[in-house]
Amino acid sequence: MNLDFATLTDLQKALRNRAVSATELTQHYLTRIDALDPTLNSFISVQAEAALAAAGRADERFAQGDTRPLTGIPIAQKDIFCLQGQKTTAGSKMLSQFIAPYTATCSEKLAHAGAITLGKTNMDEFAMGSSNENSYFGAVHNPWNPQLIPGGSSGGSAAAVAAGLCAASTGTDTGGSIRQPAAMCGLTGLKPTYGRISRWGMIAFASSLDQAGPMARTAQDAAILLEHMAGHDPRDSTSLNEPVPRFSEGLDNSIRGLRIGVCREFFTEGLDPAVERSIREALAVYESLGATLVDISLPHTPYSVSAYYVIAPAECSANLARFDGIRYGYRCSDPENLQDLYQRSRGEGFGEEVKKRILVGTFALSAGYFDAFYARAQKIRRRIKEDFVNAFEHVDVIAGPTAPTPAFPLGEKASNPVEMYLQDIYTISASLAGVPAMSIPAGLANGLPVGLQLIGNYLQEGPLLQAAHQFQQATHWHSLTPPEAL
Amino acid sequence: MNNLVNKKTLVELSTLAALPFEPEKSKATLDALNEVLALVGQMQSLDVSNVRPLAHPLERHQSLRADAVTETVDPDALSQNAPHYEAGLYFVPKVIE
Repeated sequence: MNLDFATLTDLQKALRNRAVSATELTQHYLTRIDALDPTLNSFISVQAEAALAAAGRADERFAQGDTRPLTGIPIAQKDIFCLQGQKTTAGSKMLSQFIAPYTATCSEKLAHAGAITLGKTNMDEFAMGSSNENSYFGAVHNPWNPQLIPGGSSGGSAAAVAAGLCAASTGTDTGGSIRQPAAMCGLTGLKPTYGRISRWGMIAFASSLDQAGPMARTAQDAAILLEHMAGHDPRDSTSLNEPVPRFSEGLDNSIRGLRIGVCREFFTEGLDPAVERSIREALAVYESLGATLVDISLPHTPYSVSAYYVIAPAECSANLARFDGIRYGYRCSDPENLQDLYQRSRGEGFGEEVKKRILVGTFALSAGYFDAFYARAQKIRRRIKEDFVNAFEHVDVIAGPTAPTPAFPLGEKASNPVEMYLQDIYTISASLAGVPAMSIPAGLANGLPVGLQLIGNYLQEGPLLQAAHQFQQATHWHSLTPPEAL
Repeated sequence: MNNLVNKKTLVELSTLAALPFEPEKSKATLDALNEVLALVGQMQSLDVSNVRPLAHPLERHQSLRADAVTETVDPDALSQNAPHYEAGLYFVPKVIE
């Protein structure tokens, strides 16, 4: 069995059949990380010793026949999830020495299900970015071509899975940070309904938008991971108290009769023609599977980026106020007084993009501008939500591109922030509405992966994953791997 | 749209945000902020009168729990991340002269 790009589902079987041990599998990935990550920079920290110890315990469980669903499966975790006793940096100098005093609920749930954490993956600082170039620990390189960005902010998680350095990974998505890197690295990435997965222990960027989710090779793998990440958590007051379905069951059911909304606002100027071609071909595959395509409009989509770049920075400016250089995090040297300590610690500890967003958020919340910016953005957010509510009266799933282009060269958009922000033009509206959305591989454009975005109604991750799985039964795009040269 | 942030506003925003005002970077920062605010300005063209703001995407109330201690975190584990912590105290520069 070739372990490099095996699916989580195949690895579960191989472990159960004792075709491979958890220790062998963990060592296999650690060896690949050693060999390939100097090129990719997808990990901020690797916990080899702890992972091998956990693998040893997993093998004991297999020997005793006392296994759990993910026993022995090595995964990577975005370095935004607190893991007790381990460095948790959020990609920032501010937290470069931070040792988490507790473990994030969703990481704890994955560990409880038996998953082994290999290490923490690189990311845009505090999850702010679409290219993973905003990390204090350096840019991440795309395994399909190391000259290209992997997408962001969960770029390290995407690159690590795509390069076969782990079986799957966790990510977080505030405006597209799971879906866009999944698209650019040829993976399946899911942002669940807002509140489906606890945010406790996940370092906050924009609390009304942040949502964790799985990044995997297939919809089936993502479904299995979601089952073990989701669920009500009294420690997160926005966590939904809803039953967690067995998402991995029912994936094989036919999608004949599924109504797929094709949103016309997702096919406008700025969409790369090669990406559009792949998406149109993917839609034709759905028709051949018995789905019906329905032309729909989400009329407020053009306002989503502008509303997002008020709401997210406003929440970020409030959330990041906690970093003051006193209780934890970076402190400047020789502060003259308390004010100097605050300002220089934050000035030296945060990167440029983070500081810019804090200032934009501070502006939007300041007296005289609050109504014209923050309140207005929240009203537009309601309009965007209403668009989805109306659309889902007529369709079951909405489909379109995840990102307007395939992966682009490192540095290409670094000096053009607005062009970078427009990378998330198709993903942001689902984040603002809080509906679940995912990206699945749907073709190649100039030899690079293209992501098809599927958006579902509230709490309807099941049908979304079913639609994704059925597409993956009919196509091979999800099984493509980066070129041998890597 | 005209530039919304000028040097004076930037100084005020920096103070509010507890960030240093760096004169040598002020032009670049102003350009960057005004570029984002110009993008954001696109939302001004939409009529949102009679629309209620939406804060929680699912419009659910945050769940409440009893005001009781449910777990404690070891102070030593928390304080190990503090830049300057001694004898149970977080140290800061002298505040009162």
